[in-house]
This record gives sequence, C-alpha cells and structure tokens, in this order.
Amino acid sequence: MIDTLTIRELHVSVEDKPILRGVNLDMKRGETHALMGPNGSGKSTLGLAIMGHPNYEVTSGTIELNGEDLVEMSPDERARAGVFLAFQRPIAIPGVKLADFLRHATTNVRRPDRKEGEELIPMREFRKELKGKMQQLQMDVEFARRYVNDGFSGGEMKRAEILQLAMLQPKFAILDETDSGLDADAVRLASESIAEIGREKMGLLIITHHDKLLVHNPPEFTHVMLGGRLVETGGIELANELHSEGYERIRKAYPDADAENQAMLGKIEAQPVG
Amino acid sequence: MATDITQAAPSHIGEINKYDFRTVTEGVFKAEKGISAKIVAQISEMKGEPGWMRDFRLKSFEIFESKPMPKWGGALDLNFQDIYYYLKPADHQGKTWDDVPAEIKETFEKLGIPEAERKFLAGVKAQFESEVVYGSLQEDLGKQGVLFTDTDTAVKEHPDLLREYFGKIIPPHDNKFAALNSAVWSGGSFIYVPKGVKIEFPLQAYFRINAENMGQFERTLIIVDEGASVHYVEGCTAPMYTTESLHSAVVEVVCKKGSRCRYTTIQNWANNIYNLVTKRAMAYQDATMEWVDGNLGSRLTMKYPSVYMMEPGARGEILSIAFSGAGQHQDAGAKLVHCAPNTTGQIISKSISKNGGRSSYRGLVRVEKGATNTKCNVVCDALILDPQSRSDTYPYIEVAEQDVSIGHEASVSRIGEEQMFYLTSRGLTEAEASTMIVNGFIEPLVKELPMEYAVEMNRLIQLQMEGSVG
Ligand SMILES: Nc1ncnc2c1ncn2[C@@H]1O[C@H](COP(=O)(O)OP(=O)(O)OP(=O)(O)O)[C@@H](O)[C@H]1O
Ligand SMILES: [Mg+2]
Repeated sequence: MIDTLTIRELHVSVEDKPILRGVNLDMKRGETHALMGPNGSGKSTLGLAIMGHPNYEVTSGTIELNGEDLVEMSPDERARAGVFLAFQRPIAIPGVKLADFLRHATTNVRRPDRKEGEELIPMREFRKELKGKMQQLQMDVEFARRYVNDGFSGGEMKRAEILQLAMLQPKFAILDETDSGLDADAVRLASESIAEIGREKMGLLIITHHDKLLVHNPPEFTHVMLGGRLVETGGIELANELHSEGYERIRKAYPDADAENQAMLGKIEAQPVG
Repeated sequence: MATDITQAAPSHIGEINKYDFRTVTEGVFKAEKGISAKIVAQISEMKGEPGWMRDFRLKSFEIFESKPMPKWGGALDLNFQDIYYYLKPADHQGKTWDDVPAEIKETFEKLGIPEAERKFLAGVKAQFESEVVYGSLQEDLGKQGVLFTDTDTAVKEHPDLLREYFGKIIPPHDNKFAALNSAVWSGGSFIYVPKGVKIEFPLQAYFRINAENMGQFERTLIIVDEGASVHYVEGCTAPMYTTESLHSAVVEVVCKKGSRCRYTTIQNWANNIYNLVTKRAMAYQDATMEWVDGNLGSRLTMKYPSVYMMEPGARGEILSIAFSGAGQHQDAGAKLVHCAPNTTGQIISKSISKNGGRSSYRGLVRVEKGATNTKCNVVCDALILDPQSRSDTYPYIEVAEQDVSIGHEASVSRIGEEQMFYLTSRGLTEAEASTMIVNGFIEPLVKELPMEYAVEMNRLIQLQMEGSVG
C-alpha cells in the first residue's frame, strides 16, 4: 500500500486570525509537489500546521496520514509517524551539538515505540552513517560538532536541514524554501541531494520561489496558494508559467482570494512587531 | 554530654592509616546539641589540638555570637541550638543503611553508583574503598613535595605553614557563617603545592575523604606556591545526605606569583539543607584563580566564590551554575575584587529554575583605587522552565578608577516555544527536548569539568528534569 497524506477543508488560525481557509491536498509517497504562491499567502502556515506547531490552531478540517488523524498527535508523534518539515527559518539551540541531537532524533524516529531513557542507536553505527551522509552533502564532518543552528550561515542552516532529512528518511517531507539563502553552487548541490535522498522515496512538498530546486525535482503537481487557499493545481507547466510570468494572472482570476491575501498582509503590517 | 570509650573503632580504619588518613581511636564522642563556648572548647580538646587553635576557635565563637544574621540572600529559618556541631566519625558509622531515606537510595540507583560508594555517600560508611588509588597517588605527590592531607592532620603536622594562611584569607569576622565555621570546623582538605610543581591530574577530595571531610563544617586551605599549578575537585554529583540541616564550609586559596589554581565543586544537596559557604582566593602577580561551581538541590544555598586580585597581572575567573527545583532557593554568585593594575576578571553564571524553584545571581565587581587598566566581564543567564519558578539578578559594581573596562550582560529566558517545536518536530518528546535545551544551556560549564563529572552532571540534570531528585 502506498502511503498517503490527505488534507481536507483545512482551516488554520494564528491568534484567532484565520490564515488557511479550506485547503485540500492529496499526496502519495513517491510524488513531488510544488507549492507556490505570493508572500504571505499561507504556505509556511500549511507546513507548520501539518507538523503541529502549537500556535497554529486547526479550527476545522483534517490532516491524515494513511487515514490516521495527525491533528490529534503531538509534533514528535507526527515525526515518528513519518512527517518532516524543513524549516524556512531553522531555530538555534545553543549548547546542543548537531550530532547529539540527530542521534537522539534518528533513534526515536526509527524506533517509534522507544521509551524515554532507552538506549540510543550505537555510537559507531550512527557516526558511520552520519559521516557518509555528510560527505554526500559535501559537509565537513566537524560540522556535526557545532551547536544546532547556532551561528550557522543561511546556507549552512539549509544544508543542516537537508542532512536531517537524509538521516530521518520520512514518508513525507515539506521543504519550506530550502533553496533560499544558498548561493548558485549550493542550490545545485541541494537540489541534487534532495533528488537523491527524497525523490521517488518520499512524498515531497516543495515550497519555493525559485525554479532551481524544481529543475532537479520536477514536480508532478504544482499548487498555487493565494489568500489561504489552494486556488489552482496543475502540472510542471504551471510552475514554469509562474516562474516566468509571476502571479498576475492568478490574482486576476481569483480576486476574492487575492483580496484576502492583501488583507492578511495589511493586517499584519499594521501590527507592532511582537 | 558523655564520652563513651567502650566502642572500638572499626578495623578497616586502622588499615588505611598508612596513607595518612585520620584514624579514629578515641571511640565515640557524643556531643550535645547546640553551641556554646564550652562545646567549642570541647571540640578542640577532643581533637587534641594545640592551644592556638583552641583560642582561635573560642575567639571565633565570640565573633559568631556578636554578628547579626546576613540580611541578604534567602530566608534562614535556622535554630543554632538545634544542631550537632561535632560528630565523631564513629557517630556516622553508627548510622545504618536503613536510616537513609528511600528517595536518596533510589537516586543512587538511578545514578548507577556502586554499592560501596552509595553507603559512603549516604554517610553510612566512613571510608570509600579507594585506598589503593589514593596510596599510589599520595606517593607520587609526596615525591614532589606536595602536601595533601585533611586539615585536622595539617594542624598537627604542618602547623607553621598552615598558620601562615589559616583564617587570613577569610577571617572569622568576615561574616557570621565564616565565624561559625572557624569555631566548630572539622575536616576539609589542606593542600600545599611547592614552587614550580605542576600537578597534571585533578586532585579529588573523593579519594581521600573520611567521615569528617563529609562534615558540615569543613575547612579547606590550598596554597599554590610560585609558578605551581593544581586543579582540585570536590564533591560529587550524588545527593549529599546528612541528618543535619546546616552545611557551612570555608575554603581559602592562596595563589602566589605566576601560579594557577582551579577549584571545581559539584554539589547536590538533599532538600532540607542550608548550604552556606564562604570561598575566597587571593591571586598574586600573574597568577590565575578559577572557581568552577555547580550547585544543585538544598533548601537554600548562599555561595559567592571570590577572587581578590592582589598584584598586577592577576586573573580571576568564576564559572557558576545553579539548579533550583521545588522548594529550593539558590542564591549564588561571585565576587571579583581588583586591587592592582592590569588585572582581569570574568564571571559566567548560569541558573535554571524549575517547579517553583528560585535562583538568584548576586555578584560584586569592585575596582579599588589604583587598579588601573583592569578588565572585567560578567555574563549571567537564567533559564526559567515554568511560570511558577523565579530568577533574580543582583549585580553590584563599584569602581574607584577611570581606566577600566567592565562588561555586564544578563539574560533571562524561558525555554522557547520555537526551540521546543523544532526539537519535537524531529521526534524528541517534550521531556527529552527540554532536558536537551537545559543541558545545552549549561554546556559551557560542563565542558570545563573532568570527564566523569561532566557525564554525571548531565545525568543529574536529566534526573532533575524528570523531577525525581530531591
Ligand atoms: N506566528 C504568526 N503570528 C502572526 N501571524 C502569522 C504567524 N504565522 C503566519 N502569520 C501570518 O499568516 C500569513 C501567512 O504567512 P505564511 O508565513 O504562511 O506565508 P508564506 O506563504 O509562507 O509567505 P512567504 O512566501 O513570505 O514565506 C501572513 O500574513 C503571516 O503574517
Ligand atoms: Mg513562508
């Protein structure tokens, strides 16, 4: 049976402000989906809601992995169930070495019923695997001794996210602008690595404003988000169109969603920085 | 009050005599509860001390009586008359394993501490069986002229050297608890490192401890002669359990020209203990003194290790960490006094408060007149794990010179929701994630510890996080 991720009429609010207004999405493991849309349309919100960020409240609708309700699960349960989110802005954890964190995470994800305090995967085994993956990503092995995202450059952060993806081998991965902040060579390397690590093995939901990532990971489906809704779905040609033409046509075609998108942006901009 | 000489000392104690341990031959001394000049004199007599030490004790007792309780720090609900001030080792041995509370035993188990060691740590057994290790160590040190004994022995065997500094770095009138310690002290370590001798491995109180070292009023004096260096490690990460509620130690350190001393303490006290400790070092020309101080548990800890930089080029560093859980108050901090030009200091303080625990940082940086071109940097970070817990910062800075640079940064953080989400989204449970964040928070201190202490420290934090210690 092929793993499926199914989202139905998903509504998500942040601090009681509705952001997503009825998102529907069907993904199968092995497929690559591109998620595009103008700034502030709700792409990251969808990723965070799928992963279970406590501030992103699902007010109605469902998210199901193989028919199992994810909404009721904590983020770590979702991770163990096989969902992964590469963060648009990864968080620094000072004092915690990337390798230590990753050994713990990898153990939990591979042994979903592991109890707290039980043995981790043996050090040697883990190191060997980590080293292999780091070489594949052309990362210096020493990098694993640095503190998680602490003082990482933008590019290093994104690469570390890809490394985690490679180690955790989820069923479904949401990559939120994993190509931003990378220089041209790094984008190529990242695209190739993602293709090698995830394409056809995982269900990939790639959020991007550029087309580099999609060149190596041509999507079977492209979704366009506007004002908290997926207003259009097409094939790779849709992604190509949006890259060359922008969102003008979409905005005109869905004036209501466009208005909501503008309103969300406006509302937020009017707020003091919290 | 009675002196019972019918009980013979356990036989294993005689055996370790050859390693210079304090031996128990007098049998059991049953001290009265409470404190008076009579009891102080009696303690001195029981120890067979010379007159100068007895006089020092009696004078200190007078000072103790005349001093008010400290007005800062935490709530001290102490009845000085309800405490035993002197327990002979034999008294400790009289205690049985059954007397040790179940939760303490459980913690030992969780920490994976060997049976023999558990009994020792719980105060049931006077001697931790490491004579062999200690013996060869002692021999090695002896050849280099290093003195490493308990302070009681030093009073008898090295009186001239001891008297030169004893009570000089921290005089009895320094504060009420220093006076108390001066009156009733027992045990502690005495170390002298001769000129130019660099001791490569950390000296551990662990290996030479006897029942008195574990006492409530230990007294330690370390003299590091010119160009010498030493790292002394005291305490252990297992919970220290005593039936008494007051622990009040005094530690004095002298770092002579060009020398270096690091003093590491990791202590985890049972919940009923008042832990009131005075620690001070004098660093002379180009000498470096470092305090690494970890405080867990206790009802109230008040401890502010200090370094007085007496001559040009001296350096003082204090790294401290405090973890307060339910019903605990850690009032910990540091004190740096720049008395000479071109001296540098650094304070790094980290505190963690959980389950309604309270941590305070209390620090003083003072630059005396004439101490030009001094530099000092203070960083204190507090991590608060829940809304019931609390953290305060009381930084005092007194500067009598122009040409100085003093930096002070303080931060208070709660475990970030974003950090938690990031870690849990990669498969860590909430408990694992918060333990990881806390361990990361104290990592700068832990990496300064000797390996085995670092490992235990992390394990201990984990237990504290689970709420199963104390
Ligand atoms: N934690 C939050 N607090 C307040 N508003 C939020 C929060 N998260 C998202 N929003 C708001 O929700 C809307 C959608 O944001 P989101 O980050 O999902 O957009 P996006 O499509 O990922 O944009 P971009 O392309 O710029 O990354 C925006 O108006 C944003 O300001
Ligand atoms: Mg985004």
